[in-house]
Amino acid sequence: MNRYRGFFVLALIIIIAPIIFPDSYFVTVVGVTIALNALVAVGLNLLMGYTGQISLGHAAFFGIGAYSSGLLTTMFSWNPWFALLMGLLVTWLVAEIIARPILRLKGHYLAMATLGFGIIINILMVQPTHITGGPDGLSDIPVLNILGWDIDSDIRWYIVANGALLLGVWLALNLINSRIGLALRAVHGSEVGAQMMGVDIERIKIRIFVVSALFAAFAGSLFAHQQAFISPDSFSFHFSIELVVMVVLGGMASNYGPIFGAAVLTMLPETLVVFEDYEVLILGAIMMGIMIFLPQGLWVGLSQKIKPLFLNKATSSVESVGG
Amino acid sequence: MSDVLLQSLITGITIGSAYALVGLGFAIIFNVSDVVNFAQGEFVMVGAMSAVSLLAVGTPFVLALFLALIVVVCIGLILEKFAIEPAKSATVVSTIIITIGASIFLRGLALLIWGKDFHSLPAFSGETPIHLGSATITPQSLWVMGITAILVYLVHLFFNRTITGKALLACSANPIAASLIGIPVKRMMLFAYGLSALLGGAAGVLIAPIAFTSYDAGMMLGLKGFAAAILGGLGNPMGAVAGGVLLGVLESLGAGLISSGYKDAIAFVILLLVLFFKPQGFFGRAGEERV
Amino acid sequence: MKRSLKALVAGFALLCSVNVAQAADIKIGTFLAVTGPASFLGDPELKTLQMYVDKINSEGGVIGKKLKLIHYDTGANPKKAVNFAKRLIKKDRVDVIVGASTSGTTMAVIPIVQKAKIPFISMAGSVKIIEPVKKWVFKTPHTDKMAARKIFLDMNKRGIKKVGLISGSGGFGKSGRSQVLALASEYGLTITADESYGKKDTDMTAQLSKIRATNPDAILNFGFGSGPAIVTKNVRQLGIKLPIYQSHGVASKKYIKLAGSAAEGVRLPAASLLVASKLPGSHPQKKVIQAYKSSFEAKHGPVSTFGGHAYDALYLAVEAIKRAGTVNKAKVRDEIEKTKNFLGAGGIFNMSKRDHLGLGLDAFKMLEIKNGDWSIVE
Repeated sequence: MNRYRGFFVLALIIIIAPIIFPDSYFVTVVGVTIALNALVAVGLNLLMGYTGQISLGHAAFFGIGAYSSGLLTTMFSWNPWFALLMGLLVTWLVAEIIARPILRLKGHYLAMATLGFGIIINILMVQPTHITGGPDGLSDIPVLNILGWDIDSDIRWYIVANGALLLGVWLALNLINSRIGLALRAVHGSEVGAQMMGVDIERIKIRIFVVSALFAAFAGSLFAHQQAFISPDSFSFHFSIELVVMVVLGGMASNYGPIFGAAVLTMLPETLVVFEDYEVLILGAIMMGIMIFLPQGLWVGLSQKIKPLFLNKATSSVESVGG
Repeated sequence: MSDVLLQSLITGITIGSAYALVGLGFAIIFNVSDVVNFAQGEFVMVGAMSAVSLLAVGTPFVLALFLALIVVVCIGLILEKFAIEPAKSATVVSTIIITIGASIFLRGLALLIWGKDFHSLPAFSGETPIHLGSATITPQSLWVMGITAILVYLVHLFFNRTITGKALLACSANPIAASLIGIPVKRMMLFAYGLSALLGGAAGVLIAPIAFTSYDAGMMLGLKGFAAAILGGLGNPMGAVAGGVLLGVLESLGAGLISSGYKDAIAFVILLLVLFFKPQGFFGRAGEERV
Repeated sequence: MKRSLKALVAGFALLCSVNVAQAADIKIGTFLAVTGPASFLGDPELKTLQMYVDKINSEGGVIGKKLKLIHYDTGANPKKAVNFAKRLIKKDRVDVIVGASTSGTTMAVIPIVQKAKIPFISMAGSVKIIEPVKKWVFKTPHTDKMAARKIFLDMNKRGIKKVGLISGSGGFGKSGRSQVLALASEYGLTITADESYGKKDTDMTAQLSKIRATNPDAILNFGFGSGPAIVTKNVRQLGIKLPIYQSHGVASKKYIKLAGSAAEGVRLPAASLLVASKLPGSHPQKKVIQAYKSSFEAKHGPVSTFGGHAYDALYLAVEAIKRAGTVNKAKVRDEIEKTKNFLGAGGIFNMSKRDHLGLGLDAFKMLEIKNGDWSIVE
């Protein structure tokens, strides 16, 4: 049960937050954005943290999910759930097709290729105006309904988005602790080494890439319904980079680091708005500062710093970081 | 159609030259430290903006350009000294995030100093276009191509003919061995950042009379420069130059002959195809991996 | 530094006055693209709002209450706009929202304001914002549809038959492009070329030489930011002598400054604000426009029409609150919709149930750039 300790703590925080602050903008509104970003980040971390592959194109998968839901529900009046499934199917296909050639690339070449992929998808959202609505986007995306329950208020979205996040974390935990997970860690350690041990690296990398794309697409579909409006600006390469920053800032190779990173990076602009024109400068300085002083990310970095304070407890929490 | 082709080529080579200088900067830093410096585009912006400001306070033109380059080099050195060097224990990915942070920081700084307006520099020698059949070329385009060619040649000589240049290449091949034979790796890093900042700044002042500049102009040029470096192959500085020109030409041919709406998509599709068939770019060295 | 000091003083003054007045402030929420790609819109808009909220307060406020402006910077990002709109409604509990610099951020928040039932006056261009009419949504800038019509009328007068179109790939350019394509045949025009360029593109000669090959009588460019200035320069560099038309997206002196001598002879539809001093004394808007122009320019430099949209939005709201005598959202909304003969910076507004903009084509003047300045085309 130990490996799920972090999961239960996370669930507890998610449940308690709106009870303590029932009408707080930062919980019920920003909390939804955090949860959706975190869901993508957890998926991306499977790829980055456990296989050591970078993707600067995950906003594209997020966007494919969102546009599938948006287009199918508005233009063809599909049921949102079928649209969501279709979004996952399309993402699965796209990811499967590009994964093979793209994952043969290494390091910065992979970064560039995924970045390029993201930009191409974004142009495909902008240009065919008659289909996608172009830069003005798609409006009037209908409300999501779960078992007769309309998801149309902030608090309901809080529950759905965070429920999705918990589901995602649960899946990720199980994946990591499965046999694939073991193989994964081997890949990150040394690809050649793992290969010699008889691990079929290519297949595993592709599978993880697809899984992480599906995480993003799922979050994207929810995002489309939550916003009721989508436009290509929300899925540009800026967002891809933001996602990578969330993962790295929070700390890779822990399931909770990226969630922490997503929370920090989503909250920062919300709190920095008071600095007006200084906002951009401060955001950049904070990013640099964290990476210079806590190169392993906030999660690992902070828990190591706090360790001496609560010696007994902290040892176990650092251990759980691995799981 | 042939005049469209010719015009697209001229445009492509001009813009490609700017990409080439930025890409060259990427390749140099990558060679020394395995880091892709995402603040490279910001060097371009700072160069152009500084020149604009210096001209506005009445500095003579040539002196203003020269001083602007010095400003950029200083920024490059400060970046290395205070952001890259202290983070030596950081992984490559963390270092990338640092440079992304640095680029956001520089953009924020530029926003405070120069505001949000677009600015332009006067062309170096007038704006009367030169006619080549039905196509035209501006004097500034010639300046961009000419100075880029000279800078690239100088960088080439530097790497092949000078001790410092060779030492720089040695750092990239094997930093530990380099330091063992007495090459000051730390100082080499500093030097690499200064040099690529200089190249970025030069691209900035060259292109500003054509494309204008604003506090957020760096990001797109940085992205294109990165693409140029990758297309050519990261390990090879001259590859980045070829990659830059190629990318510029692809974009403008795409716009002129196929579809201007999809021109960036066309350029990136070709980039992906190149990578699928040549995973190390056109001129990249084959990577060997440590077990 | 100066600004924060001023803000501090203003804040302090506000604090004191609240104590004296003993009344809750009227909260005006706004979210603008003060940074990012559309900052040339958001920046003058915010400055205008701040300037006039201060002015109204120094003159005693509205219905006995002080105005309080609450602002967030969206950077033109629709995702941020959605959260900030919710923040204004939920956390700051504003009485009315004036804001959104771009059509993208406006469209993104429409579902939220409609649901929250709060009056919202947008400062963005697209006609989609008010067509079809949305109960709680109004806007002040002229639409891209009006701009296209105004340009086409002028083309008809000059005997232009074939138009080469180039537009930006951003929301403004794309939306303008679709209006141009839809309306051209109505005015007997053919579009010979339909090219575009990206937000940060640095050179459009490839597209323009392609347009030249289609032999148009004029070149029309829909876009904003640095793109139109580059297009203008490129056209002249290529030695193309055709008339150039720009949209109202370039209605600021910065465009003339960037494009330099290439801008000579360029025509564009724009609000009378740009030519305030050249208007005849009998022009009904003249007084309003000149007052706005001189107070803006005294503080912030050359005026653009974009700040004027913010002026209009603020005063439409303020006048409606005055007439309603309350900040009750439904009543304020009704009063905004009943706006008649409101003299604004953008024109004379006459709203109705079916028209949530209330400007006619006459709100636009056709301008030509002569000797680095605007002049009115008769």
